[in-house]
Amino acid sequence: MSIWEYANPVKFLRLTDKLLPPLAILSIVTLTIGLVWGFFFTPDDFRQGSTVKIIYLHVPAALMAINAWLMMLVASLIWIVRRHHVSALAARAAGPVGAVMTIIALATGAIWGQPMWGTWWAWDPRLTSFLILFLFYLGYIALWEAIEDGDTAADLTSILCLVGSVFAVLSRYAVNFWNQGLHQGASVMRAGALAGDTEERVSNVFAVPLFVSMAGFFLLFLTLVMLRTRTEIRSRRIKALLAKERVE
Amino acid sequence: MMPELGKYAGAVLSSYAVSLALLALLVAFSLLRARKVKSELDEIEIRSKSNG
Repeated sequence: MSIWEYANPVKFLRLTDKLLPPLAILSIVTLTIGLVWGFFFTPDDFRQGSTVKIIYLHVPAALMAINAWLMMLVASLIWIVRRHHVSALAARAAGPVGAVMTIIALATGAIWGQPMWGTWWAWDPRLTSFLILFLFYLGYIALWEAIEDGDTAADLTSILCLVGSVFAVLSRYAVNFWNQGLHQGASVMRAGALAGDTEERVSNVFAVPLFVSMAGFFLLFLTLVMLRTRTEIRSRRIKALLAKERVE
Repeated sequence: MMPELGKYAGAVLSSYAVSLALLALLVAFSLLRARKVKSELDEIEIRSKSNG
């Protein structure tokens, strides 16, 4: 069976009907374990004190803010190339979820930055590119709402998504491009750390609950996008039936 | 049970409060809209079937 068969709305609804309940339970359990572990059972950092506990929210939310846009990019490209409605609707469904992840990353970053940097905000490359990414999310959501015709909205939002992808990539790599600003470079996914260099590595005491929390955020994102895509498919069906009623 | 957060208690607790509230709102809105749209579609489908 080809993956493209799930581009059929009926098949997508049938498949996700079975997948959604276990996925929702798994995401709640994983997220709860990650956050409870991080908040209650990890020590303070010797430099950052208890503020290190913000990492279990800030890093997973920031990661999902970027990855949500990249998922929207892939779905938009599928729409542009193959005209599968489910992919366009999945991109639409992911927009508000990604926007909320971006707000969480920005808010927790500001709250964390105040005691550590002495300021809520700085026009630092990563912070600024994240703010622009958030504005792109708002524009993307607004554009979908503003256009009545579904296919035209999908076309225009796909183009906006392609343009916004520059900022999604910049949000991730800004600290590497411009070696300036307050935000630190990658510490969890640093190449040396992944290669096993203990000097580079974040201690397992912090890293393991962080990875659990990241998995929880990812599963929650997947659950919400699936649920919201189902809603968008049904909403489009309503529009089609109402249009048919008007003609008759 | 509550960990000792020291002078950063305000920052840590407000981070968790803001994030969990936003996630709860997102989940609640998604579920409410899903339920509303599904019942609306069911109603329209019944109506269109009865109209032939």
